[in-house]
Amino acid sequence: MSDPSAAGVGEKAAVQVSIDGSLVSARPGELIIEVAERAGVYIPRFCYHPHMEPVGMCRMCLVEVSGPRGFSLQPACFTRVAEGQEILTRSAPARKAQEGVLEFLLLNHPLDCPVCDKGGECPLQDQALSHGPGESRFLEEKRHWAKPIEIGPLVYLDRERCIQCARCTRFAEEVAGEAQIDFLGRGDHIEVAPFTSVPFGSYFSGNTVQICPVGALTSPAYRFKARPWDLEQVETTCTTCALGCRMVAQSSAGALVRNLGVDCVPVNQSWLCDKGRYGFEAVASPARLTTPLVRHEGELVPASWHDAIGVLADEARRARSSARGSAIGVIGGARLSNEDAYAWSKLARAVLGTDSLDAQLGDGLPAELVLGLPRATIDEACSARAVLLLAGDLREELPVLYLRLRAAARSRVALVECSPVPTSLSPLAEVLLRHRPGEVAQLVAALAPGAQAQSEAAGVGAAEIEAARALLAGAPGGEEAGEGRHSLHGAGVVVVLGRQSTAESAAAVAESAALLHEALPDARFLPALCRGNVLGALDMGLSPGVLPGRVALGEGREWYSRAWGAELPAARGLDTEGMLRAAAAGELEMLLLLGADPLQDFPDRRLAREALEGVGFLVSVGTHADASCELADLVLPVAGDAERAGTTTNVEGRVSRLAQKVVPPGRAWPAWVVAAELARRLGSDLGLDGVEGITEEISRLAPAYRGLDPVLLGSPAARDGVVVPLPPGHVPSRGPAVPRRIDPVATPGIASVEEQGAPMRAGAAEPPAGEHLDGASPAPRRFEEPAVDRPPVLSAPPPLGLPAPPRLDAYSQRLVVRRRLYEGGTLVSKSPSLAPLEPRAELSAHPAELARLGLGDGDRARVRSARGELVVPVAADEHLERGVVVLSAGSGGSASELIDASAAVNDVRLETL
Amino acid sequence: MITDAAPIVTRRVRQEGSHTLQGYLSTGGYEGLRAALSMAPEAVREEVDKASLLGRGGAGFPAGRKWSMLRKSPTTYLVVNGDESEPATFKDRLLIEHDPHQIIEGAVIAAYAIGARQAFVFCRGEFALGLERLQQACNDAYAYGALGPRILGSEFSLDLVVHPGAGAYICGEETALLESLEGKRGFPRIKPPYFPAAIGLYGEPTVVNNVETVSNLPWIVLHGGEAFAALGQGSSAGTRLFALSGRVERPGWYELEMSKTTFRDLVYDPSLGGGVRGGAALKAFIPGGVSAPWFGPERLDLGLDQEAVGAAGSMLGSGSVVVMDETSCAVRAAWRISRFFWRESCGQCTPCREGSGWIEKMLRRIELGAGREEDLDVLMDACDNIAPGVSWPPRQTTICVLGPSIPSSVASGIRMFRDEFLLHVKEGACPYGAAGEGGRR
Repeated sequence: MSDPSAAGVGEKAAVQVSIDGSLVSARPGELIIEVAERAGVYIPRFCYHPHMEPVGMCRMCLVEVSGPRGFSLQPACFTRVAEGQEILTRSAPARKAQEGVLEFLLLNHPLDCPVCDKGGECPLQDQALSHGPGESRFLEEKRHWAKPIEIGPLVYLDRERCIQCARCTRFAEEVAGEAQIDFLGRGDHIEVAPFTSVPFGSYFSGNTVQICPVGALTSPAYRFKARPWDLEQVETTCTTCALGCRMVAQSSAGALVRNLGVDCVPVNQSWLCDKGRYGFEAVASPARLTTPLVRHEGELVPASWHDAIGVLADEARRARSSARGSAIGVIGGARLSNEDAYAWSKLARAVLGTDSLDAQLGDGLPAELVLGLPRATIDEACSARAVLLLAGDLREELPVLYLRLRAAARSRVALVECSPVPTSLSPLAEVLLRHRPGEVAQLVAALAPGAQAQSEAAGVGAAEIEAARALLAGAPGGEEAGEGRHSLHGAGVVVVLGRQSTAESAAAVAESAALLHEALPDARFLPALCRGNVLGALDMGLSPGVLPGRVALGEGREWYSRAWGAELPAARGLDTEGMLRAAAAGELEMLLLLGADPLQDFPDRRLAREALEGVGFLVSVGTHADASCELADLVLPVAGDAERAGTTTNVEGRVSRLAQKVVPPGRAWPAWVVAAELARRLGSDLGLDGVEGITEEISRLAPAYRGLDPVLLGSPAARDGVVVPLPPGHVPSRGPAVPRRIDPVATPGIASVEEQGAPMRAGAAEPPAGEHLDGASPAPRRFEEPAVDRPPVLSAPPPLGLPAPPRLDAYSQRLVVRRRLYEGGTLVSKSPSLAPLEPRAELSAHPAELARLGLGDGDRARVRSARGELVVPVAADEHLERGVVVLSAGSGGSASELIDASAAVNDVRLETL
Repeated sequence: MITDAAPIVTRRVRQEGSHTLQGYLSTGGYEGLRAALSMAPEAVREEVDKASLLGRGGAGFPAGRKWSMLRKSPTTYLVVNGDESEPATFKDRLLIEHDPHQIIEGAVIAAYAIGARQAFVFCRGEFALGLERLQQACNDAYAYGALGPRILGSEFSLDLVVHPGAGAYICGEETALLESLEGKRGFPRIKPPYFPAAIGLYGEPTVVNNVETVSNLPWIVLHGGEAFAALGQGSSAGTRLFALSGRVERPGWYELEMSKTTFRDLVYDPSLGGGVRGGAALKAFIPGGVSAPWFGPERLDLGLDQEAVGAAGSMLGSGSVVVMDETSCAVRAAWRISRFFWRESCGQCTPCREGSGWIEKMLRRIELGAGREEDLDVLMDACDNIAPGVSWPPRQTTICVLGPSIPSSVASGIRMFRDEFLLHVKEGACPYGAAGEGGRR
C-alpha cells in the first residue's frame, strides 16, 4: 500500500538502491514499483493498484533486479527493495520482457479502440505505445466472446477486451468485501463472471469500471457518451453523503457525463460509491426545476425571478410582522454549499429575524453535541486503538467510510459495535454489543471505566460489557505502556456517532455521546451524519441556537449582531420537529424548505403532512420537483452539484472545494443569490457579492473557520481539504505542495484528461498558486471585525440523565428502521442508472416471531403502530433478537408512516392480512 | 546396465489384491510404520536424510532437506501430491491403484517424522479407480488403526483426507495444489515465500511430497537409509519408477536402480522397452516428461541419473520417457505437447496464458501446411519471451514453472529438426502424412 509520507523518506530510510543507475533511498520493504515512481522512473503495469495488495500476475512490470545469483527478471509490483539492490527497468532483457508481455496481451485483445469507451485514456493503448513492440506478429484467429454482457445493473463486461489483470475481482473481494465476481475458466479462456444467482450489485461496482485498465468494464451511464479527448473536468467533492469523497466531475458538450474518484489519501483513496458516482445523472435530469413557480389559482405557474422574489418578500414581510415569536421557519440546507448555507443563515437571523432553522430533518443529532464533541478524522479512526461504532449501517449510510473502516478492522483496529441489529461491519467487530433498541444510553453507562460491574445492561451480557470496557480502556502495561495512564481517559478511542435507527429519538444517542465524553475525555468522535453537506450546514448555523463557526447563540449573538449590523433573535428557535409541530398547529406563518422534502425525509410523515398543509406560506427552494413542492406556494430553482463553486465540510470537519463544471439549467440561481436577493427586496443588504467573498467573510467571522480564506483553500497544499478549526497559531502553507500523484493506470480517466491538457476550470485540480476560486486576482476585502471578543466554539453538553424507554408489551415488537443507500429520494429517483435499484421495503424479524403468526419469508404482513400502518413483505432473519423488527426502507412503504417522532421508541404489531 | 536391485515401490503391485488391506498386511504392510513409531521422529528423519531420497514429483528436491526446512509451528501439515496429470506420466497412478496402503503408510511415517497431525492426499480427480481404492484404503487404515488417534497403539495420532482434484494439471504445482485444497482457484502462489515449508496450507508450514516419494518411506525405515543410498549412485539414490511410452515394443512402467541403468537399457533391453517398434531407428526421446527438452540418440548411453541428465541439458523430471522414431513427426510432437500446456495453463500470468495459445496455433498451422519460414523465428522468440534465453535450466517470466515448460519441446523440435519444420513449410503439408487436426479442443 502506498503511503504519502514516503515522499519525504524519514530517518527510517534504511536502504539505498540504484534504479537505472541513480541512487534512491527507500524504506525497507517498499515495493520497487513505488520507489521507482517516486524517483521519477515509470515502470509499466496493469494488475498493480496502489490501494490493493500486489499480486504480480500480469507480468508487465518485469525489471531486472540484482540478487545473490546475478540479475533476474522480477515483478516490480511484488518485489520489495533491499539494501544495495541494483534495479534496471530499461535494460535489454527488461525491455524484451516488457515488450514480450505487451505483445502477448494484445494477441487476443480485439483492438476495437475506435468504438471503445476507454480509447484515448487506455493504459493498454498508452503502454503499448510506450513499452510495446510496436507491431504484432500474431496471424491467428483471436478469441471470441459475446459482447458486451451485463454482469450487474451498473456494469457491462466485454470479455474480448479483458486482459485478466484481476483488478476488478480483487477489488470486489479485497476492498469491498463482496466477492460477487470472480474468474471462471482457465488459461486464455478465463472470464470475469458474476455468480448466476447474485448479479454484481455491490454498492461499489463502479470502482471496477474506474480501475479497469482496458475497456472491458463499462458503465451504462457513460457508455458511448463521450470520448476522453473531448472531456473537461474539475476536481470537486461529492456531496451525496457527508463523507466528502474527492472526485473529478467530467463533462462533455456542457453536460456532466462521469464522476471518477480521486486518490485523496485521507478520505476516499480513489474509491466512490455508486450513488456518488452515478448521482450526477440527477443533476443532468430533465426533471430539474428551471424556472420559479408561483401558485396561481391553485396551480404552480412559471414566473420571473423578479415576480417570484417579490411575492416571497411580501409574504416574508407579512410573516415577520406577525405577532408570533417564530413566524418564519427554514428547514433543510444540507444540500447547499457552505457559502449558500452561510447566506441563508445570515438572511434568516439578520433579516427574517428567526432562529428557527434546521438543516437536519429529525434524522440527525443535536447540533450542539455534534459541534461540541472533540472531532476525529477518518485517518484517526482508521489508526485508532479501538473504534466504538454507535451508528447505523455505515455501508448504507456512509459507504466509503465503511470501506475505510473495513480495511482498518482487517489490519489492526479493534471494532466495538453497539447496535441493536447486525450491520455490515458486525462480522469484523471484535466485540458485539447487541443491546435492546432505544437503550443504548443504559449500555454506554455501563461501559465507562468507573462504572459498577453489572450482570447485564440493555440486554447485553456482562462478558461482552467487560470485553468492550477492556478494549476501550486499553490493556494496562500493553504496547502503549507509556500511554496506559492516558488510555483510561480514552486516548486512542474513536467513537463513530450516528443514529442507529430513526424509530428512536435522538436523545438516547446524544446521551450516550455525552456519557462517553464525560467518561473518556480523550476519546474523539466522528459524526456519522449522512445528509450531504449537513456538517457544513450546521457549521454555518443552520440549526437553532447555533451561529456560524460552531458558536452558541448566547455566546455569539453580540459578535454577529455587530458584524452583520442587525439585532439577532435572542431566543433559541425551533428545530425541524418543532417547526413542523408549530406549522401543523397553524402557528407558523411561513416555512422555507431549502432542498428539503419533509414528506420524504422526516421520520414522521403524518406530522410532516399536517405541517405542510397547515403552514401559512410554503416555499420550496430546490433543484427538483419533489413531493413537498406539490404543496408549495412558491418554488424557486437553484443550482445543484457541479453547477456552483463553494466549499463543503465533511464529517471530519474537513473543508474542501466544490467546483463548477456546468451551468445550471434554465433560470436556476445559486442558492446564496436567492438569499441575497430576498434580503435586498426586504430592504437589507447581506453584503454578499460572490462566493469567494462569502468564503472570505466566513474565514473572518466564523470562529471555527478562522483563517480558512480562499487563498489557503485554493493552494495546492489544501488539495485534500483542510480540517477546521485550524490549530491555534497555525500558519497555513500557501506554497505549492507535492502534486497529487496520479497513477495513469490506477485512475486512467483522470490522468488522461489531465495529460491531454483539457482546460481546468474554476476549482480545477491545479490552479496557479494564489489564484482564487473564481479565477479572479486576489482582492482582499476591507472588513471591519466586530470590536468585541471573538466568541468561543461550542463544547459538548453534559449528560442529562435519561430514563430507560418503556418496556415492550407482550404483543408488540420494537421497531428499528434501517436506512438503505438506494432508498427513495431525489437523487436516486432522478438518476436513470440508480432509480431501478431502489429496494423494496421489507420487514425482518426473528423466524420464530414470523412462525408465531404463520408467516413465511416473502409473505406480506400488516405492520401497525400507534401512528399508522403499512403492508410490507416480511423476511426471516435469525440474527435478530426476538421482539425486535427491522424495517428496511425502500419502495412500497416508508417507515415514516409508522413513526411518532416525539416518542423515545416506536413499537409495532405484526398482523397477517 | 540392468542391475538386480529388487523393486521397492512396486514390489507388491503384481500380486492379486495388492490394493487391499489384507493383501498389504500379508506382504509386510505397515511394518515400516511400526518400526518408525518405535523410533524417535528425529531418527526417522535421519534415516530419510541418509537415504538421499530425491523427490519423485519432477523437481527432484531432496526429501530430507524439504522436511528440515519446516518453520517451527504448533500446526504442520503433510500433503501428498497425487495429482499426476501429464501426458506420458503414469507412475503415480500405478501406485495409487495398486498399492494405496503403501502411500498411506508412507504418509503416516512422514507425518510422524515432521510432527504433522493432519495429512491430505491430493489425488487427480480423473483417477476413478485410484480414488476409489485410495479412499477404501484410507477407511481400512482407520479401521485397522494405522490412521486416527493413537496409531498402532502409539502416542501418535494423524487424520488423513483423500481429496480429489477438480481436473486441472496446474494443481500438481505444489502451491496451486495448496490453494485448491484451501477451496480456492488453483492459481500457483507467487514467490516469495518460496517454500510451503515456511508458509503452506492455511499459512502453516507444510510439506508436499509426491506419491512415489512417500511410497519409498516404509522400505527406507525397515531397511535403513544406508541400504537405500547404496542403490544408485551419488545423489541419485535408490530405485525409481519410470514410465516408458512412445514407439517402443514394450511400453509400460519399470522400476529401475537409478544411475546405473541407462536410457539405452530402458529402451532396448528385451526385459524392458524391447527396442523401437518394428526395429525402426530412434529419432529422439524425451528423458523426463513433456516439459523436458528432447535428447537425440547420442544421449542413449546416459544413465538414469538426475545430475547427469541435468548436465546434458534436460531433466529426469517425473521419470516419463517418450520415444520418437523415424516415423514420428517432430512438428506434430511439439504441437501436441504445446496443445497440452495451452489447455492447462491456469491463466494467471500473461506470458503463459497468451503465449501457450499462440505457440499452439502457430505449430498447428505449420503442421497443417500453412506455415511460413519466419514462423520458426517467431516461435523461438515467443518461447524466449516466456523463458528468456530458452536454455536449461530455464529462466522464466512467469510465477510458476508451467510457463517455461512450454518452450522445451518447441525449441527442441526447431533446434534438432529445423529441416523437418522447413519441409512442412515448403511442401505445405506434413511430410509424415499425419492425418488432419487430430485431438479435440
